[in-house]
Amino acid sequence: MTAPTMPARPDEEASPRPVPWRRMAWVTWRQHRFALAGVAALLGALAVYLWLSGLQAHHAFAAAAGCPPASSYACGNLLDDFNGTYGARAEAVAGLLLAVPALIGAFVGAPVLGREMESGTFRYTWTQEFGRRRWALAKLVPLAVVVAGAAGAFSVLFSWYLQPFLSDGNQTPLAPTVFGLRGIAFAAWTLAAFAIGALAGMLIRRVVAAIAATLAVYAGLALAVMNFLRPHYLAPLVSRNLLSPPASAWIISQWWTKGGTFIFAPWPPDIVQRQDCPDSSFGPNGPSLAGLTQCFVRHGYTRWTSYQPASRFWPFQWIEGGWLLVLSVLLIAVTVWLVRRRAA
Amino acid sequence: MNIPFVIEASGLGKRYGRTWALRDCTLAVPGGQVAALVGPNGAGKTTLLNLAVGLAAPTAGAVTVLGGRPAGAPAALAGIAFVAQDTPVYKNMSAADMMHVTRNLNRRFDQPYANARLDELGIPPKRKAGKLSGGQRAQLALTLALARRPRLLVLDEPVAMLDPVARHDFMATVLTAAVDDGVSVVLSSHVLADLEQVAGYLILLSRGQVRVAGEVAGLLAAHRQASLEALALHYLRETTPEVAR
Repeated sequence: MTAPTMPARPDEEASPRPVPWRRMAWVTWRQHRFALAGVAALLGALAVYLWLSGLQAHHAFAAAAGCPPASSYACGNLLDDFNGTYGARAEAVAGLLLAVPALIGAFVGAPVLGREMESGTFRYTWTQEFGRRRWALAKLVPLAVVVAGAAGAFSVLFSWYLQPFLSDGNQTPLAPTVFGLRGIAFAAWTLAAFAIGALAGMLIRRVVAAIAATLAVYAGLALAVMNFLRPHYLAPLVSRNLLSPPASAWIISQWWTKGGTFIFAPWPPDIVQRQDCPDSSFGPNGPSLAGLTQCFVRHGYTRWTSYQPASRFWPFQWIEGGWLLVLSVLLIAVTVWLVRRRAA
Repeated sequence: MNIPFVIEASGLGKRYGRTWALRDCTLAVPGGQVAALVGPNGAGKTTLLNLAVGLAAPTAGAVTVLGGRPAGAPAALAGIAFVAQDTPVYKNMSAADMMHVTRNLNRRFDQPYANARLDELGIPPKRKAGKLSGGQRAQLALTLALARRPRLLVLDEPVAMLDPVARHDFMATVLTAAVDDGVSVVLSSHVLADLEQVAGYLILLSRGQVRVAGEVAGLLAAHRQASLEALALHYLRETTPEVAR
């Protein structure tokens, strides 16, 4: 058999210039346009709802807040109506929105690598000239920026929506149900969910399993942060015998001491109330907490309250956004590292 | 610039868990012809090819391609086109989309060639890859690989799943590329009959080790065997008596 000679080619092939990054833009778009359209549809539908419902709420609140005289019974009723109708609705909306980052992470993040691994197409893609490390970066980074950006824009709208409920100072902006939906936290949580999804897809190599894992891990992380981490971003303020901490403060815990030892938390048990302060428990408007507190203080108890003041909203946002950003960058870096070293 | 060897391995080994899929592999595959990698299932053919195209990293030893380029390095990827086993393509993409993707992922892509090939094969550009027949899908994957104008074409069991007609057509395309365009080809197969007409160089693997490697003509003459199949059987029987194929 004669061996045909190889045609001469320019020597630059031995050390080629890399394929330009921008070439991946179309590939990433083509492969993930339906996922991105899904995100746009989800956030778009929610945004329309927030906008319409928010306009109503703003009008109703303006009417209630501008009602003269503010101390009148009718005006109080108006404000109660507002809180009853729109407050309950806002709580339901907030509960729904808490799931949005998880959904984006699961349905956009998990398939990025999971589908390539599951279908075996990575054997095609990773042997193209573009290179697998750059390929992974060119997919994950733009998608991460786009979903985080969309979430960030959405949370601006949600902040506007929530304004009436916070402006009366009776709600804390640090409440676990709404803190993660405003400021930079919503974008940061969405970014982290996407990064969790991408890594899950690369590790598990099955789309459906990776989606389930992403939802589970995200839920676990979000609950752990809400309950155990966020209250301690900054040392809580502790007040002694404060009759009522500011309504906008986020109460972390309350407890009572007598003679320097812990007695009970957060409130005295009924049996102690009946024994020491039988009268203050039952006022004309039901038990009065202030009266109860005063009575117990007279009996030698000390009431302690630890809380985070509302003024810490932005420091907390930066702390949470900062560490979530660091976590996301780390997760994406690990994912790309796995792509590089993963044996076929 | 003629590259004498397209794949060079020295002491190459790959272990998955506790099992060595490939061990002590030292060879130099000459370019300018079709080299056939044969051996029973599980002999380590796919592992060797994955190492050569950079999909897997060696546990031991080293492998270079196209005259000393480390496998998987950008310079190596630029000159090699690889068609993996079962010819994976994006099932929800059309043939035209797959061409567009491949063109974007490589600096060199011969679009007129790819168009002409698909036309010749009767593959409608708008048809989703998932709706193509096995033979068409394999031809699409091969077309995408060849349109990159590679120096080395690596094919892993390309015809294992194809019917005889598709198998013949596929091998004809490969042979055309090798003879007319001077593309070096390394392909693995456990069906020796496909390789009879095309292979100029033979590498026989079994149980993760190279049993023999050399020019087919020389090997046939030296062992007085009439065909590749007889030659392969001769070696497989010699080294692993229990393999009866």
